[in-house]
Amino acid sequence: MRKTPLLLTLAWRNLWRHRGRTAAILFALALGVWSMVALAALSRGSLESQLKKSIDNLTGHIQLHAPAYRDDPVIEHRLSPPDAPLTEALAHPSIRAWAGRVRVPAVVASERESAGVVLLGIDPEQERKVSFIGSAITSGRYLEASDEPGLLLGRKLAEQLETELGRRVVLMSQDVNNTVADRGFRVVGIFDGEPQAIETGFVFVGRATAQQMLGMGDALSEIVVRADDRNRLEAPLAALRAAAPTLDTEPWSVVEPLLTLTEKVVNVILIVWYAIVFAAMSFGLVNTLLMAVFERTREFGLFQALGMPPRNILGQVLTESVILLGIALALGNVAAWATVRALKNGLDLSAFAEGFEMFGVSPIIYPALTATDVTAANGLVAVLGLVASLYPAWRAARHVPVEALTRV
Amino acid sequence: MNVTLRFAWRNLWRHARRTWLTASAIAFSAALLVFMITLQLGAYDMMIDTSLRVYTGQLQVQRSGYLDKPQMRSTVPEAAALAAELRAAGFPAVAARAQGFALASSGSRSYGVPVSGVEPKYEPLVSTIPKRLAQGRYLREADAYEAVIGATLARNLKIKVGDELTLLGSGRDGSVAATIVPVVGIFDSGNPELDRHLVQLPLAAFQEVFSMGSDAHAIVLSGMELRELPKAATRARALLPADRELVVLEWQELLPGIEQAIEADMVQNWFTYIILIIVVTFSILNTFLMSVLERTREFGVMLALGATPYRIGSLVMVESVLLALLGLGIGLVVGGGLAVYFHLEGFTFPGMAELYAQFGLPGRIHAKLSFNAIAVGPAVIFLFTVVAALYPALRIRRLAPVEAMHAV
Repeated sequence: MRKTPLLLTLAWRNLWRHRGRTAAILFALALGVWSMVALAALSRGSLESQLKKSIDNLTGHIQLHAPAYRDDPVIEHRLSPPDAPLTEALAHPSIRAWAGRVRVPAVVASERESAGVVLLGIDPEQERKVSFIGSAITSGRYLEASDEPGLLLGRKLAEQLETELGRRVVLMSQDVNNTVADRGFRVVGIFDGEPQAIETGFVFVGRATAQQMLGMGDALSEIVVRADDRNRLEAPLAALRAAAPTLDTEPWSVVEPLLTLTEKVVNVILIVWYAIVFAAMSFGLVNTLLMAVFERTREFGLFQALGMPPRNILGQVLTESVILLGIALALGNVAAWATVRALKNGLDLSAFAEGFEMFGVSPIIYPALTATDVTAANGLVAVLGLVASLYPAWRAARHVPVEALTRV
Repeated sequence: MNVTLRFAWRNLWRHARRTWLTASAIAFSAALLVFMITLQLGAYDMMIDTSLRVYTGQLQVQRSGYLDKPQMRSTVPEAAALAAELRAAGFPAVAARAQGFALASSGSRSYGVPVSGVEPKYEPLVSTIPKRLAQGRYLREADAYEAVIGATLARNLKIKVGDELTLLGSGRDGSVAATIVPVVGIFDSGNPELDRHLVQLPLAAFQEVFSMGSDAHAIVLSGMELRELPKAATRARALLPADRELVVLEWQELLPGIEQAIEADMVQNWFTYIILIIVVTFSILNTFLMSVLERTREFGVMLALGATPYRIGSLVMVESVLLALLGLGIGLVVGGGLAVYFHLEGFTFPGMAELYAQFGLPGRIHAKLSFNAIAVGPAVIFLFTVVAALYPALRIRRLAPVEAMHAV
């Protein structure tokens, strides 16, 4: 019964025989753990904000289209407004909101300049619940009704077109008969977006106005759905697919494959980083334990001569390793947690804003600690750390008593 | 000195295992840094080179203000003549371009797209598009009425080589610019933006359709060494007519995203490198510390025999430096080998090719072999190691001969 506490006491005291040495290795281990957890939190945070931004901008959680639309997003591939079964499916308990949109390529022209854009015809009230546009107006007003004649323009695009609030612009797009329809709109609101491509790529008008301009009756280009949780979409997806089997119903991860791909690459990078840091730490850990073992060769010999079984010596060295790893993990995690707390308001890398913009990443990173990442880092260090300490421990237990006693 | 060197070398091998373990920690981090830095710099060169070569070019002459607000009337007057002058002054690749916007229609589809007028004879020198034709041929005569378009745009317009393309836009003076041209070639540049949007016409035809006279919007220069660019820009500036408000823009201004993306990546990578180096340094600090502590008696004897603390200190330093050099040597060989291999073969990992393709970059990175790329990592490690070795070396001054000789 007394064995385990004895080993623990011995291991603990042994560690503090060389304070400096123990402190140095603890620092190295804790720094390694900190860097693992902190880096994971930063990459996760950056990824998370990229995901959130994309979903909040226009992607939503689930999109419904006519089958060929995603491949070839033009007016030809349109869908009828939701029928009774689909409306019922859209009332699924985990679906929070949905909105129908007209979404086709168009040209917007001011008196001076013109530009290619995507024309979005929206229902102002529903759209407010599924995308950013309802709260992105920085001057003028948001659309008030689906059939109103106003238009919302991005700030950067307004600048490029040399137009402003209250002026008129002309929209041109292909109608259902393949002829070019055009119509003048008054700019009633200017919106800001991030990334800037949102400001230059999209103009918003009322859904009914767009449908009338393009002669599409009450047809839509897409239906966008917002659910409770972006990671639990199976139930609403199944319900929607069952209600509208002819439509192309896909979650955000399929609509925006780049996001899933980025997540995959981030995971690879994190695993590589974990492996590298761990390898660097294990050199120090093994080296320190080996030293501790060799300088105590006489002592271990004596223990054995006094009748301590080799497995207890093995246990003693492993216990030292466990204590070291335990303290280092605790320190590293606390430091990482403190770092994340300190960066709660975001790590601002706006100095490189355009670089981040190029890859569609927000320059302000809000670190996000996830249980999976923390567990992975801690588990890896704890398990592999113990495995690495087996070698010094085995060396210690192997000494033949008499030989060990006589060695200086 | 010679004696010290021999002493140090022999001392190292008193604990061969420890020496090897420590050397491998240094070798591991050195190899890793050589590998990562050569790869990282290779990736930067690849990013810059690919982005510039596709279309942008290394330098551009533009009317000042055009970059921020690309308007039809901000022109470079007599562009072809100015381009010829620059060519005569020894610039290897020079081509004039005009840029406008039009509604491009096939029989059944219309899209708003940027249209550019290029010099068919010189464009292949500054852009890879003329060489990346998926079907048909590139433009031939400067005044022919014909067009080449991007592959995605061709697909969206449902247009083939030989079909007619209607362009409808507005000219420099606000007049209607309209023309019908046969599509003679379809290009697949690998850059999604260009492939989805761009239509190219011969410059003279463009100038006529868009009422440009002999003006254009940019003169693109390319084909120089990246590090020669600032000098080349200065030389080009001197050749420009003074009264025309023309500016020479370098690639950093043309594509600010790339430079910032590189800087951001650089900061992030050095952050991880430094953490790695610190972890390794603290791991090996223990080796240095122990090699001094365990020899207290020996140093006592040496002191008693008349060796100065300074001499013993330098002995310890020489040992550490030798150890570091041993590790760095191995690391350089291994890391250099990896760098050479990935320089020749290119490096890739799962998901990278798909992710990079989104930004028009190739999926393989070729490591950059240069003295700086290979030397900087090991140099930083050496610096950290020497600083770590100073602490134990300085401890020797605290030793008193008699007490030291009595130490166990």
